[in-house]
Amino acid sequence: MADLAFDPKAVEQLSPPLVTGQPSLHEVTEAVSIHTEIETHRNWYIALAISGSITLLLGSMLAYLVSTGIGVWGNNNPVGWGWDITNFVFWIGIGHAGTLISAILFLFRQKWRTSINRFAEAMTLFAVACAGIYPLVHVGRPWRAYWLFPIPNADLAMWQNFRSPLLWDVFAVSTYATVSALFWYVGLIPDLAIIRDRAKTQMRHTIYGLLSLGWRGSATHWKNYEKAYMILAGLSTPLVLSVHTIVSFDFAVSIIPGWHTTIFPPYFVAGAIFSGFAMVITLMVIARWVFKVEHLVTMTHLENMNKVILATGTIVGYAYATEFFIAWYSGNEYERFTFINRAMGPYAWAYWSMVSCNVISPQFFWFKKLRTNIPFMFVLSIFVNIGMWFERFVIIATSLHRDYLPSSWGYFRPTIVDILTFFGTFGLFITLFVFFTRFLPIIAVSEVKGMMIQTEHEKHYLPATTSGSSEPVKAH
Amino acid sequence: MIQIEGIGNQTGKKFWRSLNELASTPKFKEWLVQEFPEGATDLLDRGSRRRFMQLMAASMGLAGLTACRRPVEKILPYAKGVEGLVHGAPQHYATVMNVAGQAQPLVVEAIDGRPVKIEGNRKHPISNGAANAWAQASILSLYDPDRSQKVLEKGKASTWEAFGAAAKATFVGDGEGIRILSGAVVSPTLASLRASLAAKHPKAKWYEYEPVNEDSALAGSELAFGDRLRPHYNLLKADVVVSLDCDFLQLDNPGLNVIRDFAKRRRAVDSAVPAGHGGDHQAAGHKADAHKADEHKADGHKADGHKADEHKADAAAHAPAAAANAAAAAPAATPAAAPAAESTSINRLYVVENNFTLTGAQADHRLRLRAADVQAFAADLAREVAAIPQGLKILGQSDKYIAALAKDLLAHKGRSVVLAGPRQPAIVHALAAAINQTLGNIGETVSYTRPGRTSSAAEITELAKEVAAGQVKTLVVLGANPVYSAPADLDFGAKYKSIATTIHLGFEVDETAAASTWHLPESHALESWGDAMAADGTVSLQQPLIEPIFKTKSAIEVVSMALGVATSAYEQVKAQSKLADPAWRQALHDGFVAGSQAALVKPAANAKAVETALNAAPKAAAGLEVVFAPSASTFDGRYANNAWLQEAPEPMTKIVWDNPALVSPKTAKELKLEEGSVIVVERGGRKVEAPVLVQPGHADNSVTLTLGYGRTSVGRVGTGVGYNAYLLRTADAMGFGTGATLAKSARTYELVTTQEHHDQAGRPVVREATVDKYKEEAHFASHEDAHIELFQLFDSFDYSKGNQWGMVVDLQSCIGCNACLVACQSENNIPVVGRDQVSKGREMHWIRLDRYFTGTEDDPEVVHQPMACQQCENAPCESVCPVAATVHSPEGLNDMAYNRCVGTRYCANNCPYKVRRFNYFNWHKDIEEVGKMVFNPDVTVRMRGVMEKCNYCVQRIQEVKIAHKVDGRKPIKDGDVLTACQQTCPAEAISFGNINDPESAVSKMKKNNRNYTLLHELNIKPRTTYLAKVRNPNPELA
Repeated sequence: MADLAFDPKAVEQLSPPLVTGQPSLHEVTEAVSIHTEIETHRNWYIALAISGSITLLLGSMLAYLVSTGIGVWGNNNPVGWGWDITNFVFWIGIGHAGTLISAILFLFRQKWRTSINRFAEAMTLFAVACAGIYPLVHVGRPWRAYWLFPIPNADLAMWQNFRSPLLWDVFAVSTYATVSALFWYVGLIPDLAIIRDRAKTQMRHTIYGLLSLGWRGSATHWKNYEKAYMILAGLSTPLVLSVHTIVSFDFAVSIIPGWHTTIFPPYFVAGAIFSGFAMVITLMVIARWVFKVEHLVTMTHLENMNKVILATGTIVGYAYATEFFIAWYSGNEYERFTFINRAMGPYAWAYWSMVSCNVISPQFFWFKKLRTNIPFMFVLSIFVNIGMWFERFVIIATSLHRDYLPSSWGYFRPTIVDILTFFGTFGLFITLFVFFTRFLPIIAVSEVKGMMIQTEHEKHYLPATTSGSSEPVKAH
Repeated sequence: MIQIEGIGNQTGKKFWRSLNELASTPKFKEWLVQEFPEGATDLLDRGSRRRFMQLMAASMGLAGLTACRRPVEKILPYAKGVEGLVHGAPQHYATVMNVAGQAQPLVVEAIDGRPVKIEGNRKHPISNGAANAWAQASILSLYDPDRSQKVLEKGKASTWEAFGAAAKATFVGDGEGIRILSGAVVSPTLASLRASLAAKHPKAKWYEYEPVNEDSALAGSELAFGDRLRPHYNLLKADVVVSLDCDFLQLDNPGLNVIRDFAKRRRAVDSAVPAGHGGDHQAAGHKADAHKADEHKADGHKADGHKADEHKADAAAHAPAAAANAAAAAPAATPAAAPAAESTSINRLYVVENNFTLTGAQADHRLRLRAADVQAFAADLAREVAAIPQGLKILGQSDKYIAALAKDLLAHKGRSVVLAGPRQPAIVHALAAAINQTLGNIGETVSYTRPGRTSSAAEITELAKEVAAGQVKTLVVLGANPVYSAPADLDFGAKYKSIATTIHLGFEVDETAAASTWHLPESHALESWGDAMAADGTVSLQQPLIEPIFKTKSAIEVVSMALGVATSAYEQVKAQSKLADPAWRQALHDGFVAGSQAALVKPAANAKAVETALNAAPKAAAGLEVVFAPSASTFDGRYANNAWLQEAPEPMTKIVWDNPALVSPKTAKELKLEEGSVIVVERGGRKVEAPVLVQPGHADNSVTLTLGYGRTSVGRVGTGVGYNAYLLRTADAMGFGTGATLAKSARTYELVTTQEHHDQAGRPVVREATVDKYKEEAHFASHEDAHIELFQLFDSFDYSKGNQWGMVVDLQSCIGCNACLVACQSENNIPVVGRDQVSKGREMHWIRLDRYFTGTEDDPEVVHQPMACQQCENAPCESVCPVAATVHSPEGLNDMAYNRCVGTRYCANNCPYKVRRFNYFNWHKDIEEVGKMVFNPDVTVRMRGVMEKCNYCVQRIQEVKIAHKVDGRKPIKDGDVLTACQQTCPAEAISFGNINDPESAVSKMKKNNRNYTLLHELNIKPRTTYLAKVRNPNPELA
C-alpha cells in the first residue's frame, strides 16, 4: 500500500516556495515600499544622469532627423526600411513579456507570476514607448504622421486605406499600449494605497492618494478590483497574440520573397515572447540584486522564465528551419534565392549571428545547472536579445536588398545617426525604469501577499504531518 | 518667342520704357539701390520744420515716381494681347543647336516665354523627332547659375562697351597678328563673317579645333578618293553592317536618323515569323501607326506634313503587309539582284572594337580587338573581299571571323556597309571606303558630301607653332576651350598665356577664360539667333526662345562687333538664308531651309592608292594601348557642368559622376587590378592617375580613358569630377596611342554606380533568342513564364471602357542610350542628388536603363532594359499605403497623390520592380532662382519625405484630354499623347497609347509574338510589357 503521506520535501520539489525566508507580510511591504520612501540614493542620481543624457542624445538625433530628412539614416532604394522598423519590431517584441506574464499567466493561475508581473508590465510599457517612436519618425513627413489615425482632419479629407497592414499596425500597437497601461495601472492601485497609507508627508499623501483613486481596501473594492483585473486580463490576452501577429502582417502581406510567408504570425509571437522574457531576465537579475528582493523574486521565478526562453527559442529555431524547407519545397526561385542569400550572401554575418544567438544559445537551458546560474542566464539573455534584434534586421534588410530584379539590388549600411538613435532608445527605456523604481513599488505587494496567504491556507488542508515547515503568517 | 531684335544690344535706336529709366540720373540710381532713401531718418531731428516740409514734398514726388514705375527688366508686358497666346499653354518653336559638335534640329517647348523642354524636330530631314541626352539636357545649362554672366577683363568685371572699345582698337589694318580659334564652324552666317574677316583683315587667320572631330574620316577619304568627303550611311538599306571601332549608335553617332534606321531593321525580325493570335500582321500595323505619331503635337505642324514622312507613310500604305516592316526601305528599293523580301528582314551587325560600346551591345558578332589592331583587321577584311590585292595576312587571329564576315558581305553586295570609327586612323577609313566600293555600296548604303572641313589637329598644331614663333598678337577664342582640350604635346596652356591679348568667348568661366585677357559670356543657343548646317548640309535656323538671361552674346554677335558689322544677328541670319517672306517665315516655322541639303558626291575609290597607303602606314605596335573616347555624359568636357548628364549613368558601366579607366578582366588579373584601384597610365613621359573599372568584353592590353572630365574651372557641378585624360592625349594619338605603361598605385577610389549586379541571376528578366529559335518558337518570350491561373477573391475593376493607357518597350530596338532618362528628368522635374547620394542608392531617375551581361566575362553579350513604373493593375504598392497616397485611376494609371503621401516607403518596399523613388532629403533646397526656371510648370516639384515615380507623363495625358474636351469631346487619337521617353527615343523603342483601342500602335505591339510580361507570375498585371530581343547570328560563326 502506497504511503499517502506527503513528503514535505517532495512537495517543495514539485512546487518550490515562491517566497523564501518566510518574511512576514509586513516585511514584504517594507521590502517593496522602502525604496520609494527613503532619501534618494546618490547612485540613483548617477543612474539618472547617465540614462538621461542618453535620452537627450535620442532627442537630438530625432530633432536632426525631423529637420533634415530620412536621408540621415542609411535607408535607400531598395532597402526602404532599415534600422527604423528593425528597432520598432525589436522593442515591440520586448514589450510582449509583460502582458503575457500579467494576463495569460494570471488566467492560467500561475502564482509565480506575482513577483515579476509589475516589473514586466512596466518593461512592456517602456518598450512600447520606445517602439512607438519609430513609426512616427520613420515617415518622410512626421508632421503628417497623424494622418495614419482615422481622426477627422481637413488635410486628408478622406478615410485611411484600411487594406494597408501599416494601418492595422497603428490600431494594434495603440490598442496594445492603451490596454497594457490600464492593466498596469489597475494592478498598481492597491499598492499605491499602501504607499499613501505609509506616507509621512502631506505631499506624498496627496499625490499617492490621488493616484490610488480613494482605495480603502474594503471588500467591495477588492471585489470590483478583482473583476476589473480579470476583465483586463481577458482583454489583454488576445492582444498579446494579436499585436505581433499584426506586426508580422507588415511583412507577410507583402509580395517580397522572404516576407511573403504564412508562418510569420506564430513565428513572430514566439519570437516576441522569447525576446521579452530574455529582457525580463536581464533586468530582473539586476533589479532583485539592487533592491534586495531576492527572497521575493526567487530562483524559481528565474528558472521558470528560462524554461519559457528555452521553449520559445526552440520554436523560433523550428520556424527558421521551416522557412528554409518551404523555400526549397515551393520551387519558387525567388524564395529560394532569398534564403540562400540570407545564409550565404552579403548579410550572412547577420544571419549566422542570429542563428547562434537565437537557436543555439537557449539550448543550454536544457541543463538545470545553467538555467539556475545567474551570471550565465544574464549573459545568455543578452545574447538572446542580440539575436532577436538580428532576426528582425535579417528579415527586413536581406529580403529587401535583393528582391526580384538584380538590377535594383543594393546594400544597406547604417549611419551614425541610425546607431545613436537606437542607442538613445535604450536611454529612454532605462530612464523610465529609473523613475519607475524610485516612485512606484516594483513588485505587486498586494498580489504577493495574497499569494502568500493563499499558499498558507492551502497548507492547512494538507495532512498534519506536512506542517512544521512554517509558522503561521504574522499579521502586520 | 520673345523678340529681342533691337532691345538688349545697344546697336539700335535707344528706347526708353518708363519714366524711371528716362529719369535715371546717377542720384536716382543710387536711391534705387538703397533700402532707405537718404535723409529718411532726419525726421527724428527735432525742430526742423523746414526740413520736414522738404522731405514731405520730396516723398510725395518720389511716391509719384514709384507709381509710374514699371518693371524695366526683361519680362513681356502684354499691354496688347499677343495673338494666339494663352497663358500657361505650351508653345513650340523649331530651332537648331550645336549638340556635341553636330547640328541637331530641335523643337523647343516654351511656356509663357520660358523654354522648358527640348524635343527633336520631326520635320527635319535628318531628325525623326528624337533628341539625344545631350540635347535634352542642354535646357539645364541654359539656366545654370554657374554660367558665365559678366564680361571679365583680366579676371575683373568689365562691360561689353569696354570690350567693344578694346576690340575696335585691336581689329585694325591688315589684321597682322590676329588669330581666331573656334570650334567647327557649322553656321553659314559665321562662315560668311569669317569670309568678311579675310576680306577686311587679310592677314588675320581663322583656325578651327574640335577635340572630338572627323579628321580621320576626311583624311581617309582623301586617301581613298583624293577628296575630303564625309560619309553618310543609309542603314535602312543595309542587310549587313560592319563597324570598325565605330560606335555609331552613341559616341560616334553621325545623326539620330542612323539609329532610327538601324532600329527599324532590327525590328524587321518580325517579318520572318507568322503573326500571333490576332492573325493580323502586327508589325505592319505598327509601322503605319508610328507615322501617325510622327505628327507634331500642338504647334500646327500637322497640316503641312513632310516629304520624307509622306513617302514613308505611302510605303506603309501600299507595300504588302509583310514587306511593310521595313517600310521606308521599300520605296528606295535597291537595284541589287536580291529579292525585295529579304531586304525587309533583320540586318546583321558585326562590331570590331576595343571597348564595349552600345553599338557592340547590339552586335550579332562582336570581336574585341585592341583599337590598334583594327587597322590590321580592316586590311585583312579588305583583302578577303578583294577590295585590295591579296597579300600576307597581318592579323591572323581572327581568320574564321573574317572569312565568315567577308562571305556575308559578298553575299550582300550593295546591301551592306562598313563603317569606320573616328578614333581609327585615316587608313582604316580608306580601307572601309575601298571595301564599300568593292561591294557596290557607294551610292546605295553610303553616300558622300563635301563638308569643306580641314583637320582639327593640324590646325591647332599650326596655331601653336605660330604662337611659339611670336606671330600671334591677339587670339580670339570663340566657344572653344583649347587650354583644357588641346593636344597635350602642344603645351597650349603655357603658349596661350604668352599671347599679348587673348579674348575668350565662352559659356562658362572655364580653363581658357581663366587664362585670357578678356572673357566674354556666351549666349545659349536658345537665347540667340544663328544657323547651322546639319550633317547632310541642310541649313537649319536657330531662333531664340528667350532674351539672353544674362548679358551674353553669341559668336556671331561678337565677331560682328569686332568687324564693325552693324546689322543684328537676326538680320545676318535672314540675309544668309537668302529667303524673303513668306518663305523665310516658313523656314523659321519648319526650322530649316527646305531643299538646302548638300549635293551628294559619288566618288570612286582608288584601290591602288589605298594599298600604297596601307603599306606606308605604320604597323600597330604590340603592348598596351591607351584609347581616348568621348564621354556619354560630358562629351568632350563641354557638358561637365550639367548635373543631369553627370548623374546619367554611363550606359555600359552604369558609373555616375566619374570617368574610370576601363580595362579587360584579363588585363586586370595580370596587373592585379580591382574595381577602384588607382592606376598611373603613362605614355610619352606624360602621366594621369585614374581609378580602374574592369569592363567585361573590353579588349586585352588596352585601356580606355574617357575625355571630358577633370575640369579645373567650369562651375560647382563639374569642377574636380574625374581625371583629365587630355593630359595624355597628343596630336599624333588623338584616337589612341600605343606604347603606354600602366602601374598600380597604392590608392583606391570608390566608384559610384547605379547598378551593382550585372547578371540576371538566372531569372527571365530580359528574354532573348536567336532568329532561328524565334522562327521555331514564335512565343518563346511568354513561354518562359509559369502560367498559373490564380483565384481572384474580389471582382476586378472593369477596365474595358474609355482610355486604358499601356506601354510596350521593344528590347529589340532599345540601344540603352539614356535619351529617355534625361527626357524624363526634364519633363518631370526630377532632382539631381549628387555622387554621394547615388552611392547610397538614392538616385531619383524615374526611368532607369538596366544593363545585364550574359555569357562569359571575356566575351559577354549585353542587353539593356528600360525600367519605369509598370502601372500594375493589381498594384502591390497601392494596397499597402496606409494613407491611400497611391491609387489607381479608372484609366489604369497608378497615380501618386504627392500631397497625401507621408512617406512610409512601404510602397517602395513592396514594388517588385523597385521603380519608386523616395525624397530622402529636400533635393531642391539649394537651387538658385535662375535654376528654378528649368522646372516644367505642369509637374509638381516634390518636397522631401514623399515618394515619387513614373506616371506615364500623366500631365501630357491630361493636357490632351482637356484639349479634346474643349474641342467637343472627340476621342483621343492614337499618337496624340506621347510620353517624354517615347517622344525622344531615337530608336522608336517605346509605344504608348490606349490598349482598349485595337487599332492603336500599342495594342498591336502587345499582340506581337515577342510580347512578354515581366514577373508575370506575381499576377500584378503590369500595363507595361516588353518585346523580347532577337539576335541574328551568322550560322557560320555559331
